[in-house]
Amino acid sequence: MAEQFEPKLTAFVCNWCTYAGADLTGTSRIKYQSNVRVIRLPCTGRIDFMMVLKAFSRGSDGVIISGCHPNDCHYTSGNYHARRRWMVFRDLLDFVGIDLNRITFSWVSAAEGAKWAELVNETTNRVRELGPYQEIQQLAAVGIE
Amino acid sequence: MEELKLKAKQLLAAGTVKVVIGYGTGTGDVRRPVFVRSADKVDDLVFDGSCTQNLATYLTKVEVRAMGRMAIVAVPSTLRSILQLAAEKQLREENVLALAMLDGSMKELAAFDAIEETVATIPDAISATDQAMMDKLTAMSVGERRAFWAAELNRCVKCYACRSSCPMCYCERCTMDCNRPQWIPVASHGIGNLEYHMVRAMHLAGRCVQCGTCGAACPIGIPVHLLTFFAEGTVRRQFGQKGGGSAKLDYAMSTFKPDDKEEFIR
Repeated sequence: MAEQFEPKLTAFVCNWCTYAGADLTGTSRIKYQSNVRVIRLPCTGRIDFMMVLKAFSRGSDGVIISGCHPNDCHYTSGNYHARRRWMVFRDLLDFVGIDLNRITFSWVSAAEGAKWAELVNETTNRVRELGPYQEIQQLAAVGIE
Repeated sequence: MEELKLKAKQLLAAGTVKVVIGYGTGTGDVRRPVFVRSADKVDDLVFDGSCTQNLATYLTKVEVRAMGRMAIVAVPSTLRSILQLAAEKQLREENVLALAMLDGSMKELAAFDAIEETVATIPDAISATDQAMMDKLTAMSVGERRAFWAAELNRCVKCYACRSSCPMCYCERCTMDCNRPQWIPVASHGIGNLEYHMVRAMHLAGRCVQCGTCGAACPIGIPVHLLTFFAEGTVRRQFGQKGGGSAKLDYAMSTFKPDDKEEFIR
C-alpha cells in the first residue's frame, strides 16, 4: 500500500487568543494531528496577505488563519481590519484560481482549546483528501531563489 | 477641440496655469501625453475618441509638479482619479484645474465639489468588452481560472508598465522595490508574477477608479486591469464604498465596521 500523503499546514495565529488557545489544547492534553506549523504573530491585523501566498509558494498544502473573536482584540480593532482584508483577499484568491478549500479562517479564543484541535483536525483531513498543492508548487519550483 | 485649445491658450497666456497636460499625436492612431507650457504651443493638443489614457498619473509626478499649477485634459476616469488623489491628500485644490471633455464639449472644473457633482452624473460602468471578459471568468471553475491566469501571467515580463501608468500608484517607495524582505521576486516567473499582480490588485482595492489604463499599458496585452477591477468590485459590493467618488471619502481598507458581514470565518 502506498504511503499516505501527509499535508503540511501553516497556521498564522495571533499571540493573544489563538496561540493561547492552542497552548490550552496542549495543557488540556487534547490530541490533534501534527501536520500544522504554527506561526505566532502579535495580531491578526499583522497577517499580511502576502504571508498566505508565500506559505503556499514555499510548500504549504493548506493554511489556517486564526485570531481573537470580534470585540476581543488585544489592540481593540486589529481583527476588524483583518476581517475586511480577508473579505477582499479571499474573493481575489478565488478569482485567480487558488483553491479556497485549502484555507481556513477562524476565530479561536484563549478558552477554546477544543475548538483549535477540531479546527486543525478538520483542515488537515480536508487538505489530505485534496492531496499536495501541485499546481502552486510546480509554479513555485521555477521561482524559488 | 477648438474650445479646448482656446481655453488652454487663455490659461497659459494669463499665467493661471503653468502647464496643460493633454493628449497629442503619436504613432498612427495612438495618442500620447503632451505637456504644453506656453500659449504658442497649444496646437499640439488633440482630443478625439482615441484619447483614453488616464492622464491623472502625471499629477503626482515631481517633475510635473515643479512646473507650477497644472491644468489637465480630463476624461471621466481622470476626474475620478483627481477625487481619489484628493481624498488621499495627494492633491490640493489650488494646484489643479480640470478641463473635462464630456459629450464633445469642454467644461472647466476648478473646485473638487464641482468635480464631484459632475462625476455623480456620469454613469460608472466598465466597458462591454471588459464586462464580457469578467462574466466569462467568473463563470469558469476555479481550476479553469487558475489555468487562465497562469497562462496569462507567465507572459508577464515585469516591466511594471501597469504600475507606472496607474494614477493611484504614486508611492515613492513601492513594496515591489523593497528587498528586505523581498516580497516580490525581481525575476519574472510564474509564482512571482502571480504575487506581483495580487499585491497590485490588493493595494488598489477600494481606490481603483476602473479606468483600465493599466491593461492598456501592458505591452503584451495581459488583461491585468481585470484583477484590479475585480478587487475594486469586491470592495464596492461588500462595503458599499467606491474609489473616485468623493474627495472626502475614507479609504475602505483602512477602516472597518463592527458589523461587516462575512460567512466564511468559523
